[in-house]
Amino acid sequence: MKKNIAFMLIALLLCAPAASYAAQEVNVYNWEDYIADDVLALFEQETGIRVNYMRFTTNEDMLVQVRADPTNYDVIFPSDYIIERLISEDLLDTLDYENIPNAANLMDWLKAPSYDPAGEHSVPYMWGTVGILYNTSMVSEPVDSWAVLWDTAYENNVFMMDSIRDTIGVAMKLLGYSINERSQEALDLVKDKLIEQKRAGIVKAYQVDETKDKMIAGEAALAVMWSGDAAYAMSYNEDLAYVVPKEGSNVWVDGMCIPKGARNKENAERFIDFLCRPDIALINFEEIWYSTPNAGTVAMLDEETLADETIFPTDETIARCEFFKDIAADIQRYNRVWLAVKSAR
Amino acid sequence: MSVRRGNGPGLRRSMFAAPYGLWMLIFTMAPIFIIVFYAFTIGGKPTLENFKLFLEPEFVGILTFSLWLAFLCTVICLVFGYPTALFLASRDLKRSAMMAVLFVIPMWMNFLLRTYAWMSLLEDTGLINRFLTFIGVGRKKLMYTENAVLFGLVYNFLPFMIFPIYSVLKRSDLHLEEAAQDLGANGWQVFLKVTLPLSLPGVVSGVSMVFMPAVTTFVIPRLLGGGSFMMFGDLIENQFLTTGDWNFGSALSLIMMALILISLGFLNNANPEGEEGALW
Repeated sequence: MKKNIAFMLIALLLCAPAASYAAQEVNVYNWEDYIADDVLALFEQETGIRVNYMRFTTNEDMLVQVRADPTNYDVIFPSDYIIERLISEDLLDTLDYENIPNAANLMDWLKAPSYDPAGEHSVPYMWGTVGILYNTSMVSEPVDSWAVLWDTAYENNVFMMDSIRDTIGVAMKLLGYSINERSQEALDLVKDKLIEQKRAGIVKAYQVDETKDKMIAGEAALAVMWSGDAAYAMSYNEDLAYVVPKEGSNVWVDGMCIPKGARNKENAERFIDFLCRPDIALINFEEIWYSTPNAGTVAMLDEETLADETIFPTDETIARCEFFKDIAADIQRYNRVWLAVKSAR
Repeated sequence: MSVRRGNGPGLRRSMFAAPYGLWMLIFTMAPIFIIVFYAFTIGGKPTLENFKLFLEPEFVGILTFSLWLAFLCTVICLVFGYPTALFLASRDLKRSAMMAVLFVIPMWMNFLLRTYAWMSLLEDTGLINRFLTFIGVGRKKLMYTENAVLFGLVYNFLPFMIFPIYSVLKRSDLHLEEAAQDLGANGWQVFLKVTLPLSLPGVVSGVSMVFMPAVTTFVIPRLLGGGSFMMFGDLIENQFLTTGDWNFGSALSLIMMALILISLGFLNNANPEGEEGALW
């Protein structure tokens, strides 16, 4: 009897994964608030493939999870510099464009980006900038410089990003460095600058996903923000405005990639192809307000939307922005600066 | 079939412990060994570098801040929790069981949900500030402060102080207090010489049940402190999730465990009867 029970238990254990393999599925690991729910439902309806949807808040969080076990995920959405990192660590599979015909809809300038020159590991999903979202009813002066975030007139009125590269990047730009600067001298200056800002009581909080709702509610005057979140917030509160400061900033692309050893590569490619379909990309665009890299979708937009510089920055703005580059092992030195800032009191 | 105590065939007492023993082995012992391995190595080579790194001022600073905040939280919980437990356990309180349940009910809600609720109460445009503005006091900075973090900790951990003390008091022998009164002790003397010493086991387990989660917490300070008050739990999380430095993260976890073990040992020594509190 005992043996029978043990046997049944083992059989049960074996059945559970087998059952889930039998059904078609795709494991998607994407940013928080970064897709329209309708799109997932439509994909499931059209293909019969079940989407297991998981979320992350920063690139660094995602990278650690993917490194721990790349086979857990079929489609991931890393940014440019993380794609570079993943390629150099040989963690990304090559995409078969035969299965992603809709990728032809992409804008030309994104077909062979610097972080993935052959374009064989990633398909751009969204792109945007980092800038300042501010409340015009609380800020009367024109905002055009990162320096406004150090103005003590806005004590307890600034949200910074709880994201290592973005926040250090802001301070680097203010001090006249590239956002990819790695010298210890620059890092020390950045550390002092960010601690000065925190000790002066200007920073209200370091956070990421909560900021847009707080800005809509008028919780703070200024916030460092990604352009899409800014456009989303502006659609709910007319007092909000977005600017990419004159010192320059970060322009970024989030791609769709398939980790090496993904269990459902075919489904992953179908999913990526689905998101590249102009009508589907339009549903996403209208929900999350990031700039779409899809020329087919752009063709469907009206004049007013296309003229919105938050969503579609001018060439002049893009010219003063740079991509993040992978800083490899120097991330440890960055992190020391970051911890010093976060724990300063 | 009866349970035999001898070594003969059939059910033996030690067999009852087997399921939990196996559980411990797989889910407690094995992870600890893995943590120890990571903590004392870098890239598989044995080293003490991870512990040396910890001695840098910013890391020690984060630890002392966490210990200080957890200490404050424990003291406040004790100050509020002990009288509450006394009240709940008093013999002449009608429906004391129902009162006790009322204290537990908030805990049925997830603590994240409760913390988010506090956020919408405390923020600048939140309910409390709207009320303060309405009555003419004006906005106060309630959220994203050290006090907000402390408040969040006390709010979440207070029941863990009340219940161990409550259950010890509830079980204590009423006749001892009556005897003290018969022998001429006044109310304060009864409390100081009889009730308080008898309740110490409950206090000890209450203190450890509040202090330990408070010192390792990481979500509450992030939400109510707006990421500006880094605690030791945040630091460990940062090592595992942001930098992916499992070696240093494991060393930090070991340091944390050692500190908890030391404080537990200290607490057990402070417990005069050696009697365990109700929940430990």
